[in-house]
Order: sequence, then structure tokens, then C-alpha cells
Amino acid sequence: MKQYAGRQGSIPIRLFLENLGRRTIDAIEELGYIFSLFVESIYWIIQGKKQSQPVSVPTIFREIAMTGVYAVPIVSLLCFSVGMMSAIQGIETLKVFGAESQVIVGIALAITREFSPLIVGIIVAGRSGSAITARLGTMQESQEIDALRVIGISPVRYLAAPLLIAMLVAVPALTILGDLMGLVGGGIYTSITLDMSMNVYMNRCLDILAVDDVRQGLIKSIVFATIIVLVGLSNGFQVRGGAEGVGKATTRSVVMSISCIVFADMIFTYFLNR
Amino acid sequence: MEYEIKTEGQYTILMISGEVDLYYSPRAREQILKHLGDKKHLLVDLSGVEYIDSSGVASLVEGLQLAKSSQLEFGLIGVSDAAMQVLQLARLDKVFPIHASVSERLDSNK
Amino acid sequence: MKNDNKDIVIEVKDLVTHYGDRLILDQVNLEVRKGEVMVIMGGSGSGKTTLLRHLLGLHQATSGSILLLGKDITKMAAKDLYELRRKMGVAFQGGALFSSMNVGENVKLPLREHTKLDDKTMDIMCRMKLEVVNLSGFEDLMPAELSGGMTKRVALARAVIMDPKLLFFDEPSAGLDPVVSAELDELILKLKSAMNMSIVVVTHELESAFRIADRITMLDNGKILITGTVDEVRNSDNKRIQDMLNRRPSDTVINAEEYLGRLTGEI
Repeated sequence: MKQYAGRQGSIPIRLFLENLGRRTIDAIEELGYIFSLFVESIYWIIQGKKQSQPVSVPTIFREIAMTGVYAVPIVSLLCFSVGMMSAIQGIETLKVFGAESQVIVGIALAITREFSPLIVGIIVAGRSGSAITARLGTMQESQEIDALRVIGISPVRYLAAPLLIAMLVAVPALTILGDLMGLVGGGIYTSITLDMSMNVYMNRCLDILAVDDVRQGLIKSIVFATIIVLVGLSNGFQVRGGAEGVGKATTRSVVMSISCIVFADMIFTYFLNR
Repeated sequence: MEYEIKTEGQYTILMISGEVDLYYSPRAREQILKHLGDKKHLLVDLSGVEYIDSSGVASLVEGLQLAKSSQLEFGLIGVSDAAMQVLQLARLDKVFPIHASVSERLDSNK
Repeated sequence: MKNDNKDIVIEVKDLVTHYGDRLILDQVNLEVRKGEVMVIMGGSGSGKTTLLRHLLGLHQATSGSILLLGKDITKMAAKDLYELRRKMGVAFQGGALFSSMNVGENVKLPLREHTKLDDKTMDIMCRMKLEVVNLSGFEDLMPAELSGGMTKRVALARAVIMDPKLLFFDEPSAGLDPVVSAELDELILKLKSAMNMSIVVVTHELESAFRIADRITMLDNGKILITGTVDEVRNSDNKRIQDMLNRRPSDTVINAEEYLGRLTGEI
């Protein structure tokens, strides 16, 4: 019994450390995998044509429609609501100082720099990130990915590269739409409450906004798009365990990409505002 | 793959030799469609063909179809055993008019 | 880079593979000759599927070499492997048809990727192959509309669309009723004789294996038990082979102490 006693005594702390170690290694491995996916996608985008294996343009447009065009209504609605919400909160808060008219500064900056890219990122992660994982996971399970490889089609070139391009177009475009809708949403409430015409509001917004503010939002949206695609792809390619595995991977993909987006947002906001 | 063109009577004879595979069959196809487009009766001589794959056979099928629709004659000459097996697999041996030689085809007109 | 013996199209030498830390294939040697049907047999967990996946270049081996048409795919540049893939056709167990494409587009995909043939030529080729697998007129259906047997036949049509020199078929009989499965076996024999292909079939179905095989390789626990003609396998006096042929479960000797340890989790 001696040998067991010694072993059992050390179990909790050892298990914890083992677990921590394994998870760290897994995380680094996954990060490496994601990075290699990114590099390989870029390789095919640049080199595909030379190797006479171009990235399919029709697929890119189809993906833009799926991730971008079909998300227009929901992005518009949510950004409009958030714009209006910022106006309501802003005016209530600024009332304390009697500076309600300054609300426009807040709305214009918050929407373009922060809310619009973030909300678009979260919606696209939920709509398209999950779809990417589910689709790839199903293809993985039905050996379609293997079939691509034995035909000589790189799955990264065929599936990943078009998605990456599509997202890099669609997400910034949605973000600009989100900017507009957010400003309009804020404007409607502001103009009614502060008795200001919409024209005046919009002109003030344009005065306040520098190119840099919109650019800040767009840079973020490009980063978010990349995160969503890569996280979606890597979870999809690594699916194991049938339909249940696909479901789990899909959930994981959405949670992971939203977390990464929020985290990246924080880091970016810090650096872009220095 | 190499080809040679001869005229005998009312027939244009396309003599193909070598390997008719995925790379070369487009050239065979081009020739077949060109002569049929010129309203010539066409006999394709396959006796020098070492290997023909399904893309080659597909080009022949297309030729036959075009010939039929433009009321021209299209036939195969000197089909080797290997080529015959490819035709048989797709049950095309009954579809193509197949002749042993050009002279055989010409004699039967007399 | 030609092999000494031109009649050998696949040569596996001392192949060792792992899945994680687990040893899957242990010193596997295998030769497939030109124009023959080689059946790889074994129960589940024997490593036969893994062996197939290595032959297809889908996994990285721990050691050993795999020569396809005289070229070692374990040490091959991606570009050369891409070229080699033109000469290989694969029919996967579940068909692995692309669900977003109809039957015709599925069958034509390898042509679209590897050739610059005219669309019309591709269409005719596709219909010819569907004719061979008795599915003419089905090119507009979607994979979801097909039965199991039809799916496998479409997969076979896609596998042979480029007239490959090597054809791999994973579990042709799995999930099919005996009649349909016999039809597929007939089809494999037909393709072999008409197109002079070398065919590797992975299966656990004895009946089907005996019907189509020129030679059989039996795998057990990652090792090759025997490679030989149908008769040689049938007449082998190896107990494990006879167990498999007669569908007897393996009765491994139980070490009482070790077994107890396993059950109580104290080993």
C-alpha cells in the first residue's frame, strides 16, 4: 500500500500542474496551427495563379454574399439600436453637466471607433464563424476534405482562401454600414430630444470625425474578420467525433472568436489611442 | 500524339498516332471538329494509336454527334484491341461505324 | 526514377506509423503488381484504414517508405505529389461526394482541376463514366438524393474520370445489401480488365474479398499476417488467419493478475 499512499498525496497539485501544462501546450499548438492556416491562405492567394491553381473568384463572391450581403439587415438594425442607445445614455449623463449638445462627440467617436466594428464582429462571428466551422466539420466527417486532398486540391486554397478574402471585404464594408446606421440611430434620438435638425446633426458629426476615427474602426474590423475566419476554419478542420463533434466545435468556434474579438479590441483600443 | 491528313475520294482521313491522353486529346478534337465543320466526310484512322483515354473517346463521340447532325459520315478505322476495350467499357463499340481499313470503306460504296 | 521492376506499381517498405503515442502499423511491407486487384483485409482496429490513408499520402509516416509508380511519396515535394495525384483515383467509404455540387459536377471536379479540356468533352466523359457505373441520366441529382449504393457508384465514377493507373476503394461493401455489393464487385472487375488499372480495395467482407481479389493481404494489430493469392490465404494454417476466415473471436490468454489490475484501474 505504500506506493499508493505516496502517489495519492501528490495527486491534486500534480494533476493541476499536468493539466495546466497540457493545456498550455495545446493552446500553443492551436495558435501555431491557426498561424500556419493564415500563412498558407496568403500563399495561395498570391501564388495560386502561378501554380495554375487559382483561388476561385465566383466562390469569393458567393461568400461575400453569404457573410456580407445577407447580414445587412441585422447589422443595420443592431447598429441603429446601439446608436440610439448611446444617444439616450449620453444625453442622460451629460444632462448632469448641462452639456447635452456634446453628446454628438460621444456618439460619433464611440460608434465609429468602437461599437460598429465590435457589433459587426460579433454578428459575423455568430452568423458566419459558426457556419464556417459547421460546414468544414461536416466535410471533415464525411471525408470530403480527404477527397479534395486526394484529387490534388488543397483544402486551404479551395475552402479557406476564398473565405479569407470574402471576409476581408465583407466585414469592413459592414462596419462602414454599421457606422452610418449607428450615427443615424443616434441622430434621430438626438435631433428629437435636443430639437436639432438631422442636417445639423450630420454636419456636426462630419466635423468631429477625422479620417483617423473611421480608419481605426476599419483596422479593427480587418483584424476581427481574420480572427473569425481563422478560428472558424481551425475548429472546423479539427473536428473529430461525428455530429456531436461538429456541434461542439461550432459552439467552441463562436465563443472563441467572440472572446478573441473582444480581447483584440481592448488591445487595439489601447494602442490606437495612445 | 501526331496526326496526318489525307484525302481519298470524298473522304478526309485523319490519321492519329501515339498517345491520345488528357493533354493531347484537345488537339485531336480540334482536328475532328475542323474537318467536319468544313463539311467533309471524316474517317479517323486509329491504327497508330498506342493509348487512348476517355477524353480521346469523348472527342470521337463529339465528332460523331456533329457528323450526324450535319448529315456527314464519320467512321473509325483500324481500332486496336486496347482502344476497343475502352470503347466497349462505355458500350460505344456499337455506336461508332468501325471499319477495318480505308479501302474496305471505299469498296463498300461501289 | 523508374523502379527496377516495372510491374510493381505500389511498394511499401518497412512502414511504421503512430497515432499520437500509439503504434498503429508495425513494419508493414507490401507490393502491388500492375493490373491486379489487391485486397487489404482485417478487422476493425487492424490498421487497414490507416494503411490506406498512408498510401493516399494523407498522413505522415514515422518511418519507412511508400513508392507509388516508382516514386516515394513520403519524401516527395508537394508539386510532384500533385502531379502523381492525376494518376490516382480514390473512392471513399461514404462516397465523400461534395454535397454542394450535383452528381455531374462531382464527377467532373478532377477534370476541372487538372485539365483544360473543353466543357463539352468533360460532359461527354462524365456521362461515359456514369454509363459505366449504370447511372446514366443522374448527373443533375444532388448527392443527398442518392441511395447508398448509388453514392458509392458516383464516387467510383469520380475516381476513374481521369483514367487513373491506380484505383483505391475503401470498403466497397460497407452498408450495402448483398446484391448491390455484388454489383459493385462486378464493376471493380470490369474496370480492372477494361482499363488495365491496378486496384487496391480495403474491406472486412470476406465474401467480397474472395470474389474480386487477385491477392489478399491480411492485417492484424498493425502487422501483416499474410500476403498471398486467395487460395494461399484460404489454405493457410496460421491460427489467427483461420480464426478470421471462420469469424471466430480471438481468445487471448488472460493474465489473471494483470486483468484484475486493469479492472480496478490500479495498473
